Amino acid sequence: MIPLSWYLIVAAIIFCIGLYGALARRNAIGVLMGIELMLNAVNINLIAFWRYITPEVLTGQVFALFVITVAAAEAAIGLALIISIFRNRETVTVEDLDMMKW
Amino acid sequence: MEGLIRLVPLIPAIPLLSFAVIAIYLRRYHKLSSYVAVAAIFISWLLSMVIVLSAVAQMPHFAEEPAVHLTLLRVPTGGTSLDIGVQIDPLTVALLFMVPTVCLMIFIYSTGYMHGDPRYSRFFAYISLFTTGMLGLVVADNLLLLFICWEVMGLCSYLLIGFWFEKPSAMWAGLKAFITTRIGDVLLMLGMVLLYTQTGALRFETVFAGVERLAETNPTLMYVTALLVFGGAVGKSAQFPLHVWLPDAMEGPTPVSALIHAATMVAAGVFLVARMFPIFVVLSGMPALAWVAAIGAFTAFFASTIAIAQDDIKRVLAYSTISQLGYMIMALGLGGFVAAVFHLITHAFFKALLFLGSGSVIHGVGTNDMMEMGGLRKKMPYTFWTFLIGMLALAGVPPLAGFWSKDEILAVAFEQNMLIWVMGTLAAFITAFYMTRQVFLTFMGQPRNEEIHAHESPPAMYVPLIILAIGAVLIGLLGVPAELPVLGPLLGNNPFHHFLAEQFSQWHYVHLPHVGFNALVMLISVVMAGGGIALGYLVYGRKPLQAGQRDPLERMGAVWTLLRNKYYIDEIYRATIIRGTILLADLFFKFDQGVIDFIVNLIGKLTERWSYVSGLFDTYVIDGIVNGVGRVTSAVGQELRYIQTGRVQNYLVIVVISVVLLMGVFLYM
Repeated sequence: MIPLSWYLIVAAIIFCIGLYGALARRNAIGVLMGIELMLNAVNINLIAFWRYITPEVLTGQVFALFVITVAAAEAAIGLALIISIFRNRETVTVEDLDMMKW
Repeated sequence: MEGLIRLVPLIPAIPLLSFAVIAIYLRRYHKLSSYVAVAAIFISWLLSMVIVLSAVAQMPHFAEEPAVHLTLLRVPTGGTSLDIGVQIDPLTVALLFMVPTVCLMIFIYSTGYMHGDPRYSRFFAYISLFTTGMLGLVVADNLLLLFICWEVMGLCSYLLIGFWFEKPSAMWAGLKAFITTRIGDVLLMLGMVLLYTQTGALRFETVFAGVERLAETNPTLMYVTALLVFGGAVGKSAQFPLHVWLPDAMEGPTPVSALIHAATMVAAGVFLVARMFPIFVVLSGMPALAWVAAIGAFTAFFASTIAIAQDDIKRVLAYSTISQLGYMIMALGLGGFVAAVFHLITHAFFKALLFLGSGSVIHGVGTNDMMEMGGLRKKMPYTFWTFLIGMLALAGVPPLAGFWSKDEILAVAFEQNMLIWVMGTLAAFITAFYMTRQVFLTFMGQPRNEEIHAHESPPAMYVPLIILAIGAVLIGLLGVPAELPVLGPLLGNNPFHHFLAEQFSQWHYVHLPHVGFNALVMLISVVMAGGGIALGYLVYGRKPLQAGQRDPLERMGAVWTLLRNKYYIDEIYRATIIRGTILLADLFFKFDQGVIDFIVNLIGKLTERWSYVSGLFDTYVIDGIVNGVGRVTSAVGQELRYIQTGRVQNYLVIVVISVVLLMGVFLYM
């Protein structure tokens, strides 16, 4: 059987890729995709922990399902915001969206 | 008596009511206000007579029983309560016989004497209040009520002596009377406070019971207390150092002089000493009583000498009052309690008579100066005859009132102290002389001032004179010595003595010396009275003074000048006490200006300076700190604002770095 650490390593790699994308991408859609990656990395963790540590209760699975639901809602709202920004400012570059500063 | 005691509070209350009614409602109705005042005193008189007669009817039972009390008011004072009430005992009854009777006569007389005065109704209001004071004082069963009434009289004496305040002399006389008696009042109040703190009570009987213990534990304090109480009497009864106000009190209307001199004011002082008699004798050796006797005897002699050289008809009588009060105080000082009260009562009758008589003379001739009078015998017959009776009574001619009472005092003195007896007898001689002089100057010979057309006074004035004259003749018979052959047993063996002698029998420490009849003393008194009158006749009667002629006594030279100027007592007081007081006041004023004001100003200036410094501190230090905090906050904010980049990714970087750091902290700590 594949040991638990492998799953955790895969999840950590995906999380780091997602974090890099969220921090480094200039396109707002890219940032949003980074966030999705981080959420899914967490899901992998949840399922792995459930399967290996507490298989008798369904807490981990349920938690993962909630995260998927929230991620779907987040993606919908995020894309709607990006469309709205694009209509107003003709750009989706995150660096240009800096009106809320000193 | 238990039933009748309920009437007693009414005796002072009715004149008080009349005072209030006149003062509030009747100021403009002159006639009506005099009727109200006379009616009120008449009702008081009737009530008093009911008390007196029932007391006499219950003799000898009444005299031996303790006083009957009625508590009117209970003032709670912490643990105990202060009871204010009235009492009846022989002393009260004796004065209830005298005071309302004399007051009634004076009131009736006043309706005639004060006729036409613009402040007629005010006069009656004042004398009603005055009478209230005296009656309240007589019936009081405690020192507090006594002192209140005492002060009411002090106030009324001021108002009445200065009644004609348009005259500056009257105004000053009122002031002088008030301030001089005030010295005594303060002493009395101190004595009262001492008695209260030491015995815890103000009711006479409780005080008398308490002083016995005080005399054992602290004789010095007892001595001082007795002297302080006596000080009150010295002021009120015009005894030697404080006698100066009484002659000046002649500035008031004559009925007031009669009221002050006979029935009320000065009688109050003697009454006080008589009432508080046990506190004077409680100490063994009775040192306080010796002072009482000495001051009384000295005053009796001293004042009688001054009376020789006065020309003002009322001033002669004023000095004679001081002298007679001296007799009473002297008698009390020798333990002759009964004799003193007896003289107080007889003296009230004939002195009221003499004053009202002199008032009648003044009313008739319009002057006080005896040198202007003369020959009034024909023109004012009622006044002359009644005045003559008063004069003989005062001079001590038997069987008139003054003879019996004065003789009783001299008999006491003869057995107790020779020196005092000699002074008293000499004073009696001088009294007979100056009264003869007064009668001759006023009524005999020819008128010395042709411009004066004398006339007899109205009946409202001479009827009271006649009634008082009857009193002056008969009152003395109540106190004829029991041992006097024939007359003594005939008149009930000295009923007055039996009435009063048991007054203090409850207190075993009070021993009244028993004084019998002394034929030698009586003989000497008669000789002295006769000698005084004879000398007066020799000087003034044989060759009556003509107009413009000088007083034959002026030949005495320096002695005459000394007497005429009243031993310069007023001048001495003015030069020493009054001047001293003013100098002291000046000194205090300077002290106030120089030191107190300086300190106050200094404090003010220092405060001002300090507040200036404090202001600077506020401006520069406190405000600096507050502003500094503001400025620092603002500067720090200015620098920190650049963190707020507005770029979401920057914020996210900070979050990530923070989380990593926190994870590090949690993992390695």
